[in-house]
Amino acid sequence: MDSPRFLSRTDLLGLAVLAVLLVVILPLTLDVFRLNLVAKYLTYAFVAIGLVLCWGFGGILSLGQGVFFGLGGYCMAMYLKLEASSVENTKIQSTPGIPDFMDWNQITQLPWFWQPFHSLTLTIVAILVVPTVFAYLIGAAMFKRRVGGVYFAIITQAIAAIMTILIIGQQGYTGGINGITDLRTLKGWDIRPDHAKVVLYFVEVAFLFGCILLALFVRHAKLGRILVAMREKEDRVRFSGYSVANFKIFAFCLAAMFAAIGGAMFTLNVGFMSPSFVGIVPSIEMVIYTAVGGRLSIFGAVYGTLLVNFAKTSLSESFPQLWLFGLGALFIAVVLIFPNGLAGIWRDNVQPLFGKLISKRKPGSDHGNGKPFGSVADGAPAE
Amino acid sequence: MFGDYSIGDLGAIFAMQGFAGLILFSVYVLMALGLAIIFGQMGVINMAHGEFMILGAYVTWMTSNLFQSYLPSLFAGYFFIAMILAFIASGALGMLVEWGLIRHLYKRPLDTLLATWGLSLILQQAYRSIFGAREVGVELPQWMLGSKQVTDTIEIPINGMFVMALTVLITAVVFYLLFWSRWGRQVRAVMQNRVMAGAVGINTEKVDRYTFGLGCGIAGIAGSAFTMIGSTGPTSGQLYIVDTFLVVVFGGAASLFGTIASAFSISQAQSTMEFFMSGSMAKVLTLLAIVAILMVRPQGLFALKVRK
Repeated sequence: MDSPRFLSRTDLLGLAVLAVLLVVILPLTLDVFRLNLVAKYLTYAFVAIGLVLCWGFGGILSLGQGVFFGLGGYCMAMYLKLEASSVENTKIQSTPGIPDFMDWNQITQLPWFWQPFHSLTLTIVAILVVPTVFAYLIGAAMFKRRVGGVYFAIITQAIAAIMTILIIGQQGYTGGINGITDLRTLKGWDIRPDHAKVVLYFVEVAFLFGCILLALFVRHAKLGRILVAMREKEDRVRFSGYSVANFKIFAFCLAAMFAAIGGAMFTLNVGFMSPSFVGIVPSIEMVIYTAVGGRLSIFGAVYGTLLVNFAKTSLSESFPQLWLFGLGALFIAVVLIFPNGLAGIWRDNVQPLFGKLISKRKPGSDHGNGKPFGSVADGAPAE
Repeated sequence: MFGDYSIGDLGAIFAMQGFAGLILFSVYVLMALGLAIIFGQMGVINMAHGEFMILGAYVTWMTSNLFQSYLPSLFAGYFFIAMILAFIASGALGMLVEWGLIRHLYKRPLDTLLATWGLSLILQQAYRSIFGAREVGVELPQWMLGSKQVTDTIEIPINGMFVMALTVLITAVVFYLLFWSRWGRQVRAVMQNRVMAGAVGINTEKVDRYTFGLGCGIAGIAGSAFTMIGSTGPTSGQLYIVDTFLVVVFGGAASLFGTIASAFSISQAQSTMEFFMSGSMAKVLTLLAIVAILMVRPQGLFALKVRK
């Protein structure tokens, strides 16, 4: 794939297939409840795409993506909560005009860090900036000192743990273990009825395509190539004069921002935010979505997320016990048997068949033989 | 925060919290020793370490039930047998896991993290299916109950002292095994240079398997010791895994001495702060401090100086 264009034909085909699936097939075939479930799954796809960038391409495994997902989600939730707790809505409280859980915890004044969330503009800025700055601080502190790999994974995991303990412990400011619930309107527009859910779904899909395009752009730009080179032989890239740390920080920040957008959309779609989407367990589950989809494939991440979540919902509805066995087996199978996930299976097994059937081009040619999971890294090793 | 206490009060508080911290310290050391062997020596990230501990706890619980029903006269001593059984059970499971899973992943440490996380999910569900979702508590023999009064402000529970004694013993055994025994020399040789160790005739596969088994076995003993302090449920293991990894990383992964030093400082910091603020804030501050120090000293407190 030496094409200088940032969208190769395979990428365009992949985008088209995904667009048909998300914009046409799913909305036509699913009722609103199921469509809202898909919307919930897709919020994790934002995280998964970010992980493809920083883990698949950059080789930085972050086990703290839940933190960024949660930061985005909490920013959105704080805005919605303030709107829901206007003075007339909360007049039965001892201090009207503040969120109900603050009232229960004997807090009489809105804390300073809640103040900016009266404004939607500031909220949107916060959703994008707060997680990115946080990721920058972590990334700069770690990568400048050449901490990476296993140590980075463990430290991000610790940060996820700290975040959960903090949110649960500071009940008066964060809603504690219940999270921020009972969210109603966005700028006066009710987010709860069915038609709002459908609108939110399409808005989310639009954002998702925005993120996919950005990720494809990064992947095909020089930046993406340097990321892959770094993953393979970090020292050689460093000796060639590139600032390895800065590239890693950039990938990590971008992944954090994607996760935050997903988190904000999650709050809008689901109507609440709680610490159970922030901690270690959800963060690791987000990694498995990426791994199942294929850690090198941006489209694969979306399909992996959808597939694992569909499996989770349907299996845990009917066989709650089997689900954890299944998820555990999935972790092990992805690592041991197909490290490149669905995209790898597609590329190695299905696509050659297709190539033989529908195209008479040489098997080595890269374009025009119809593969949705197109964005596999150049010269990536099979492992 | 210190203003309301007199100097004498503060002294007593520090002494009392210090002893509470010592018990926490013993628990951390027991948890972290096994991980220090597996992660520090072998480089494998074992996210299922907590589940190996829980296995030890369940074995202890079963042993105590057996003794209560069939051998009530020997109940006072069941704990020693339970610990041996816990070591054997966790160690055997560890060797099985090494054979089936870990040995394929020695070159991909990050992937061991995912695979062992999957293993931990499977084990959790297995415990839930076998032992039920409820937490189980072990009945202690009479001689372990109660506490010993040291001064009029300080008293130490006997089971706490037992855990401390156990920790000292296990640590001594591990140090002997790793640094003085012939087997320990083989382990360290394999971990430093696998190819060269194989070339001089060491059976590296066997060494790997027994090392992993030893680490898991120690986790089993830690789980067994846990039953004296708290109750055990299918998901208890997950609560400890982050703490345990931080203890090992903070001390410097390859250094056993570092692990002990870091367990000591973390437990003392946490238990002292716990007196002055809520437990969750103490925990947050301790973890934050560790993360901050790790950012300054990424290799941990006691990094071995090796050429890579």
